[in-house]
Amino acid sequence: MEDRIAAYITRTREKALEQARAVDRQIRNGEKISPLAGIPVAVKDNICTDGILTTAASRMLAGFVPPYSATVVKRLEAAGATLPGKTNLDEFAMGSSTENSAFFTTRNPWDTGRVPGGSSGGSAAAVACGEAVCALGSDTGGSIRLPASFCGVIGFKPTYGAVSRYGLIAFASSLDQIGPFSRDVTDCALLLNAICGHDPLDSTSARFDVPDFTRFLVNDIRGMKIGVPEEYMAEGINSGVREVVVKAIALLESLGASVEYTNLPHTEYALSTYYLIAPAEASSNLARYDGVRYGFRAAKTSDVMDMFMKTRSQGFGAEVKRRIMLGTYALSAGYYDAYYLKALKVRTLIKEDFDRAFEKYDLLVSPVSPTTAFRCGEKTGDPLEMYLSDICTISLNLAGIPGMSIPCGFVEGMPVGLQLMGKHFDEGTLLRAAYTFEQNSDYHRAFPVL
Amino acid sequence: MTNYETVIGLEVHVELKTRSKIFCDSTTEFGGEPNTHVCPVCLGLPGVLPVVNKTVVEYAIRAALALNCQIAGFSKFDRKNYYYPDMPKNYQISQYDLPIAGHGYLDIDVNNEVRRIGITRLHMEEDTGKLVHQGTITTTPYSLVDYNRAGVPLVEIVSGPDLRSPEEARVYMEKLKTIIQYTGVSDCKMEEGSLRCDANISIRPVGNEQFGTKTEIKNLNSFKALYRALSYEVERQTGVLNKGGRIVQETRTWDEREGVTLPLRSKEYAHDYRYFPDPDLVPMIIDPEWVEDIRRSLPELPDARRERYMQEYGLPGYDAGILTSTKELADFFESCVSAYPNPKAVSNWMMGDLSRLLNAGGVELTACKIKPAQLASLLQLMDEGIISGRIAKTVFEEMFASGKDPGDIVKEKGLVQISDKSAIMAVVEDVLAKNPKSAADFRAGKERALGFLVGQVMKTTRGKANPELVDKLLKEKLLQEKL
Repeated sequence: MEDRIAAYITRTREKALEQARAVDRQIRNGEKISPLAGIPVAVKDNICTDGILTTAASRMLAGFVPPYSATVVKRLEAAGATLPGKTNLDEFAMGSSTENSAFFTTRNPWDTGRVPGGSSGGSAAAVACGEAVCALGSDTGGSIRLPASFCGVIGFKPTYGAVSRYGLIAFASSLDQIGPFSRDVTDCALLLNAICGHDPLDSTSARFDVPDFTRFLVNDIRGMKIGVPEEYMAEGINSGVREVVVKAIALLESLGASVEYTNLPHTEYALSTYYLIAPAEASSNLARYDGVRYGFRAAKTSDVMDMFMKTRSQGFGAEVKRRIMLGTYALSAGYYDAYYLKALKVRTLIKEDFDRAFEKYDLLVSPVSPTTAFRCGEKTGDPLEMYLSDICTISLNLAGIPGMSIPCGFVEGMPVGLQLMGKHFDEGTLLRAAYTFEQNSDYHRAFPVL
Repeated sequence: MTNYETVIGLEVHVELKTRSKIFCDSTTEFGGEPNTHVCPVCLGLPGVLPVVNKTVVEYAIRAALALNCQIAGFSKFDRKNYYYPDMPKNYQISQYDLPIAGHGYLDIDVNNEVRRIGITRLHMEEDTGKLVHQGTITTTPYSLVDYNRAGVPLVEIVSGPDLRSPEEARVYMEKLKTIIQYTGVSDCKMEEGSLRCDANISIRPVGNEQFGTKTEIKNLNSFKALYRALSYEVERQTGVLNKGGRIVQETRTWDEREGVTLPLRSKEYAHDYRYFPDPDLVPMIIDPEWVEDIRRSLPELPDARRERYMQEYGLPGYDAGILTSTKELADFFESCVSAYPNPKAVSNWMMGDLSRLLNAGGVELTACKIKPAQLASLLQLMDEGIISGRIAKTVFEEMFASGKDPGDIVKEKGLVQISDKSAIMAVVEDVLAKNPKSAADFRAGKERALGFLVGQVMKTTRGKANPELVDKLLKEKLLQEKL
């Protein structure tokens, strides 16, 4: 299976078996075990694991073994989950297909000629083909929801601040958020239970009362007010995808929700806003990869500046370099006000769009992506075309709100994801809607034939 | 030839002596084997995040209040981006447009004139690591990096362009050091780098409002270096302008050995630091009540203390200034005066014998074996006539060396003053008999001869004779015989 899908950069069979044996002992001894005990949860390779190679799919970190684990990894270990391996991604989580991985492209289990989506493509594909029961990914502009949609699994991006970022190799700090992949909503709730909560090691992690997310697993959305942003159903959306999403919305309505079309008027600025803020933060976050302390260092350099330049020229891939340059430019003296500062202001407008919508609605729904999974190589020549894959997901990161992709149908045999969007820290409403949808449909039971 | 006015502004970095670093819990201790006072956070490993040490904010506010600054209600950290191998992240977490404090001032005394120097801003930032070159920076084949210092908390204190001479700059720096030390937030040891200074300097024709082109001088590791470098730079810039040249805006380094400033890098190729708010840290909302708590906990600061010494103790400004120049010295003084309420006498001993012995032995006051109460009892012994002033100096030296009580030293060494009139008279008569010529000189009006005779009496009694009595009896005897 792995030969055909290539979901993992590193497999940790021994560690997983060791963890599983520990759980077996607990069971034999009649100890109480957590719901995740012994469950294989794959981890995206931009999340640090103590003593286990962590590369962010970059040549720059080809040999990097962190001396510490991310908070989410510690929480999973504490819950008894086992680690089958570290999954592939676009280099430093920059991309929508895993084709920007410095090592290899992960294949979509529904059609190995197609991409699994990105950047958390390895995690999505591993869960879709059964190589892991669940997985963790990270989502900066859609990197959990897009591959979940392309691979026909559940993907959840929690509210910014709900999950600690400590140990997540930063791409864009104000947008990055870790979240789970699973095959059904129940597993998603269990994973959220394990990973959400305040972390003193992350200043941006929120102090909030973490609910037991399983209590939202209720098959009832009667009276739920759902809005459908027209901008997310507009002409850029593939007609097949739109059809499937319209049908899914009709199902929600038939289950007792009220559905209305609405507007998020600043949506058209989301992509350009994102492509100023995210690269700006990335240009600074990725400055530390210079060959001095760890990771890749270029050979044959004449002095320290030469070493910096050659290391970074050789160590980063084209997309990462493109974004570093974009971001450096956006923050430069004389351009800061026109680009970065302006983008921050538009970001506020986008957030206010959502605030207004959530005064009227409990939930917003839309497609996750304008298309289903595209063919490998189809968009690698045109970065802007690739960026458009995230047109429906990116605004949520800018606003910091939670978003979820659930399987809602197929177009020509490829899965389509329905995006659910909620208020800050209202993960519960998303879970309830997703659970109700799942209980009244069969899409989550479909399994790719390989 | 044009007359020029010098304009100087100082950027002073002060290391705060919190126990842990600004964004992690690694120790801030100075020294240590290279790269032992580090953790993933201060090494900037992939995925780590900073968390602000609250004590750093408290110390920054403490220093700022002592410099009469206004404390911001809302403040944030920014990233200053530039590449240098001593920076683990290739950006420094600092503060850009919303520093924790600003709009303060510091008064300095120069030539008996008080000059108010503006403190434009005070902000917090993390220190960098240190490069260890193999030889000099230009010839080293490779360099090693020690990150022990990376992440040690700093405040940067920026003065206005208000200083008008190298002397003023030195006085400002000394005063700043005194105040910061009083607040207890830093050791301010220039030799260990916990107090560092860069200077911006320009000159302009006297009467001109507009500033001249400035240069920035780095590597000023002592007050002397600061003064010498600035003096050199005034002359250099004057020379350039007088020859019709133009000052180049650049960073220059002070070469201590050659006594010159040399260009380091030109500002025309200056870094664009691409400051932006650090998204890993949330903005700080400073509670005004907390600020007031900190204000209330500040000790009496040097200016106020100096003023009080003049008012309450009636000390001359000079004495008051020196005694309040460090908190330790002032505390010593007050402790002594509370046991021996003659401030001027205490001041004289502290500024005279004590300071001489400390300097000669290279001893810090905090390590001095003499305690304030012991100095007080020494002065008491003098007042009670048990020892003479001359003997007191000997006893004081013994106290300094051993830390013993003055009373014990006097007893052990049999240094009790001879105040018995008849015993002294016997010696006086003996001395007069042996020195008829001096006696005659005195009688002939040579006052100086008396000193010699007093000295002879003291020598015979090994200094123990009560000097006033000796003086009195000698005069009596001489005048008597004259009649």
